[in-house]
Amino acid sequence: MSLLKVEGLGKSYTADKQILKNINFDIKQGEFISIIGPSGAGKSTMLRCINRMVDFQEGKITFNHQDVGSLNKKELRNLRTNIGMVFQHYNLVPRLTVLENVLHGRFGYKTTLQGILGRYTEAEKEHAFYLLEKMGIHEHAYKRCNQLSGGQQQRVGICRALIQEPQLILCDEPIASLDPNSSKIIMDHLKSISTEMGITCLVNLHQVDVAQQYSDRIIGLNNGEVVFNGKGHELSEEKIHKIYGTQTKQLIIA
Amino acid sequence: MMEATYIKRKKDGRIHLKSGNRGDRVIGWTVISLAVLTVVAFLFFNYAGLELGSALKETAYNLKVMFLEPTLNHFSLEEALYQVGITLSLAFLATIIGAIVAFFLSLLAATNLAPVWVSRIVRIFVAIIRAVPTVLWVLIFAIAAGLGSEAAVLGMLFHSIAYLVKAFSEAFEEVDNGIFEALRSTGANWWHIVRSGVLPSTFTYLLSWVFLRFEINFGVAVAMGAAAGAGGIGFELFMASGFYFDLREVGFITYAILIIALLLEVISTRLKKRYFPTTSD
Amino acid sequence: MNEKAMRKHRWQSGIFLLIILVLTYLSSAITKFNFVEGMATIPEAIGWIFSNLMVTQESLDKLPKILEKLAETIFMSIAATTTAAIVSLFLGVFGSKTTKVNNFLSIFARFVASVSRNIPVVAWSLILLISFGQNSVTGFLALFAGTVGFLTRAFIESIDEASQSSVEALTATGATYFQVVSKAVIPQCLPQMVSWVLFMVETNIRNATLVGILTGTGIGYTFDMYYKLLNYNAVALVTLCIVITVIIVDLISNHVRKVIL
Repeated sequence: MSLLKVEGLGKSYTADKQILKNINFDIKQGEFISIIGPSGAGKSTMLRCINRMVDFQEGKITFNHQDVGSLNKKELRNLRTNIGMVFQHYNLVPRLTVLENVLHGRFGYKTTLQGILGRYTEAEKEHAFYLLEKMGIHEHAYKRCNQLSGGQQQRVGICRALIQEPQLILCDEPIASLDPNSSKIIMDHLKSISTEMGITCLVNLHQVDVAQQYSDRIIGLNNGEVVFNGKGHELSEEKIHKIYGTQTKQLIIA
Repeated sequence: MMEATYIKRKKDGRIHLKSGNRGDRVIGWTVISLAVLTVVAFLFFNYAGLELGSALKETAYNLKVMFLEPTLNHFSLEEALYQVGITLSLAFLATIIGAIVAFFLSLLAATNLAPVWVSRIVRIFVAIIRAVPTVLWVLIFAIAAGLGSEAAVLGMLFHSIAYLVKAFSEAFEEVDNGIFEALRSTGANWWHIVRSGVLPSTFTYLLSWVFLRFEINFGVAVAMGAAAGAGGIGFELFMASGFYFDLREVGFITYAILIIALLLEVISTRLKKRYFPTTSD
Repeated sequence: MNEKAMRKHRWQSGIFLLIILVLTYLSSAITKFNFVEGMATIPEAIGWIFSNLMVTQESLDKLPKILEKLAETIFMSIAATTTAAIVSLFLGVFGSKTTKVNNFLSIFARFVASVSRNIPVVAWSLILLISFGQNSVTGFLALFAGTVGFLTRAFIESIDEASQSSVEALTATGATYFQVVSKAVIPQCLPQMVSWVLFMVETNIRNATLVGILTGTGIGYTFDMYYKLLNYNAVALVTLCIVITVIIVDLISNHVRKVIL
């Protein structure tokens, strides 16, 4: 049974330039999927269409039997609560503590007033500590986020997504700003989220080898179109060339 | 559980969210103090002769007359433009002279160009100058030097200098140390370093600060006209509102001031975008 | 730089300098400002200040009265700044690109800020004086009007600068608008905002003197009164009190700023 179904998705910001063209794919519960492609291929936009951080004009996205495009405000909020998001630049509130940033993930379950007053139950706080420990950063719980390294901040970002108890996590270039060591830690965590917790992961990536190593399936995007959709080992030199076009050479050298 | 050691709990067993660092506490205290002082202030106010209801109604009516029916009654449009010119000129003179004086003073205030004790003295001097409101400087100069444009310009000069010294010296301090070393190694003297090292790399930056000050000085010049009799459009505003009680003329003059101020603001925002990309997007 | 570019550069600088000189000349002519004479009066003026602006025993007797007025002025400035800060907070949130509700409100907020900022405080005082009369409320409102404009612009800049990414993240968790504003925007911008508010308190204490002269309230009125009575010893005392107040406020706010930023 598919958790997420994208049919004929199209999006353009300006009349003359189409960012996404007729995108179709289908994702099952618990899958780990990477989306690869050159910068400007529309990866970020596509990810943001799924939780409607960006509104799209054409096509249909179905998440959990819900038509994403037709949701009203309240239903949209509910949808976003069910979808976690992890960002390239972590997007934490730098001046707040790690713990507070993690608990921000609970806002979808709260009334506006509870959120403003910062009323979290003890169970939620315990859960936050549990997740932080799982990520190995519980000792930093009371530090301000801007005192943490990039890799640590990204783990806070993942905790914030996990505490939403989502069915799907969207990761927008989660390791693009990290060194190889931290990158591996983050990718390992994401992988175990999908295998151990059964949460579906949709990850935008730059590095083909990382995608091949971790994903159940890879979707290749070029110039707003899906040009590849298959297993990692099916991704031949020729297909990579199709995704990255002329950039392939630079990519391999780099 | 081993994680338990990292959890901070309150006395009643609930888990803390905040780390309780000093910055957060100080912000909290500042906000609370300001709030308390504000409440006290409202109790303290001298409400002599105030009837809030009628005053508000009257103000609304006055604002309507002022902004919807602006006209000139006591002088001509030409005269009005001339008065705006006077205000702009006062602001310009204070800014230009201020910039020149500030340039030399800021060389002495920059810690990388002057000895520490010199820069400290200049800074204290500037802080004291800044603490006296401009209008007091103008009024003091008016009696000390005789009333006239000289008093206005000199009075406005003080704050311009204080403001620009701060901005200039900070700009100088950001100049790359490598430039100094390179020039020193060629045997350049202090003045040489300033002329060919510091000035070229900061000049446009300084210039935009000068313009920002000009924008401020326009407002100040209006104020000095009204409060210290320094002439210009500010004085006409004072006469129209306090002497003739002519709302339509007040409206006209306010529009004139607003238009000039908006123009200056547009230019300075452009300058800011161009030369201080960090402070605006 | 090649020779041609250098020559062009020289030429441009020359033109620029010429424009400045012409403008200076025109300004002097319009205002009948005599540069030499103006400069010559400085030593004279300083001499006058030192011989006349002296605090004497007699003027010290007026101290309690002066301090009372000074307190009124300080309170007025603080009240005007904090109330303006509350209004500006809303205008700032509505006006900022990252947190705007809709374009209409955003433009409205920026318009209000721009008008209030660009009408000088004097104009506000004189306009309000007509219907509010001589009391603290007039001064308060005049300062309030100018401060709203300034703080709104400052807040908009702080919000734009500091919080775009966390706003996106919190929106994506399903947080409501007010949750996002109160938990992503405010915590991140609060130190900046408090710093601006403190700056404005200091500025307003200085402006309050000016407003006081025009509206007949607070320390400005006291100054004006002694000034017109030619009681320069009292004038000196008033000035001294203002200077000390501003410096103390400046020191406090600098200290706070150092800790919070």
